[in-house]
Amino acid sequence: MNIHKNLKYTNDHEWVSVENGNAIIGITDFAQKELGDIVFVEVETEEETLEKGEAFGTIEAVKTVSDLFMPISGEVLEFNSELEDNPDIINKDPYNKGWIIKVAIENKNEIDELLSYEEYSKLIN
Amino acid sequence: MKTTAFTHLHKQLGGKMVEFAGFEMPVQYSGINDEHINVRKNVGIFDVAHMGEIWVKGKKAFDFVQKVTSNDIAKLSPGKIQYSCFPNGKGGIIDDLLVYQYEEQKYLLVVNASNIEKDWNWLLSQNTEKAELENASDKIAQIAVQGPETTKVLQNLTDINLSEIKYYTFVTGKFAGVDNVIISATGYTGAGGFEIYAYNSDAEKIWTKIMKAGKKYGIKPAGLAARDTLRLEMGFCLYGNDIDDTTSPIEAGLGWITKFTEGNNFIDRDYLQKQKKEGVKKRLRAFEMIEGGIPRKGYDLYDSEENLIGKVTSGTMSPMLKKGIGMGYINKEQTKIGNEIFVKIRKKMKIAKIVKLPFYK
Repeated sequence: MNIHKNLKYTNDHEWVSVENGNAIIGITDFAQKELGDIVFVEVETEEETLEKGEAFGTIEAVKTVSDLFMPISGEVLEFNSELEDNPDIINKDPYNKGWIIKVAIENKNEIDELLSYEEYSKLIN
Repeated sequence: MKTTAFTHLHKQLGGKMVEFAGFEMPVQYSGINDEHINVRKNVGIFDVAHMGEIWVKGKKAFDFVQKVTSNDIAKLSPGKIQYSCFPNGKGGIIDDLLVYQYEEQKYLLVVNASNIEKDWNWLLSQNTEKAELENASDKIAQIAVQGPETTKVLQNLTDINLSEIKYYTFVTGKFAGVDNVIISATGYTGAGGFEIYAYNSDAEKIWTKIMKAGKKYGIKPAGLAARDTLRLEMGFCLYGNDIDDTTSPIEAGLGWITKFTEGNNFIDRDYLQKQKKEGVKKRLRAFEMIEGGIPRKGYDLYDSEENLIGKVTSGTMSPMLKKGIGMGYINKEQTKIGNEIFVKIRKKMKIAKIVKLPFYK
């Protein structure tokens, strides 16, 4: 299973990467495999400030609809608009081109509270 | 959980297994879109051994099948097949099925896996004719081979000239070294192909030979999920979604299998004939999304003034059209082809329009 050591994770199978003070958020390789072919990603919360745990969007596979939850609190700065036309990028490259949103970090402690690589590995094994 | 003759093969092939109608079945292997597109462009193989098979035999077989099914079996002759449904005596549908006239005084009813027990009990309760009934569901396996390359693949395994088997007819003969196999020019995908029936004891051998013969044509196993997206692109009804005990065949657009011909005195005939004459209030209709979004079973449908006009019964993202497609029962006034309707997706109204079937040609 493809997991990256330098990322943080959530119990909802999202990954978080900190870049220039912002958090980049996507779903893990495990999650994309569980979902199967991803056919639609909808994020209509750009420029909204959301609490940790709130839904920021929806991801649809052929057979399922899942909410996407904020791993941390903060303003949604950007949605990866590539996903509008090509949602299957998430299946192909979940950790890079398949990123979903960029969030302004409000509280650094929330980043520290996320799961480490080791903890997430345990969760999915 | 029940298994089919192929369950262990799916696991070897990397199939993702789920429970469906009490059976352990593969929902997907390589990916739904990949399997779907491969069926449309090349050829795919499906385990449909969970489907039910019921024999009706003897002097009373004709009368009995004519009574319990809505279509007119007087139109059948040995080797012909008919799509039909069992009306439930209350204007609804017990199940939809295929009726095979196997020979004089012998019919094979192929029913949905989820309804085998219900159908069987229903048929027993209606059998005042005392026709000879046999539930062979646990003995017979069915394989569907679907897609434009199917005939080329299967022709390697039989001397029967497959290109001569017309749509909705079948031939019984030697196939893959097994005698008495039913080769039926039917399917649930709209991609062309055959459905093969054999006894469980021969089933694995047949599957393996088809896979081998299909290799150079790009055959891939396809799961239940692709089966569903393929049937929905054609607008074929799925029992439990688009039709059930509360929907009438007239409302479901199945008037073409509800035949009010002379002598066809099937269950609910008078009721359904009256309904057809007087018109129905709602109809099963197909729609495609104009705005982004995927309609799903249970979503509400609205008109432009936000009046509730219906509900989605089946919906998906069409792998071929790359847009959301769906079917649902919609108030008659709103069912005109081209009419714009709204699907409520996560609290938002998304525009869709009523279209003709099939979605994909």
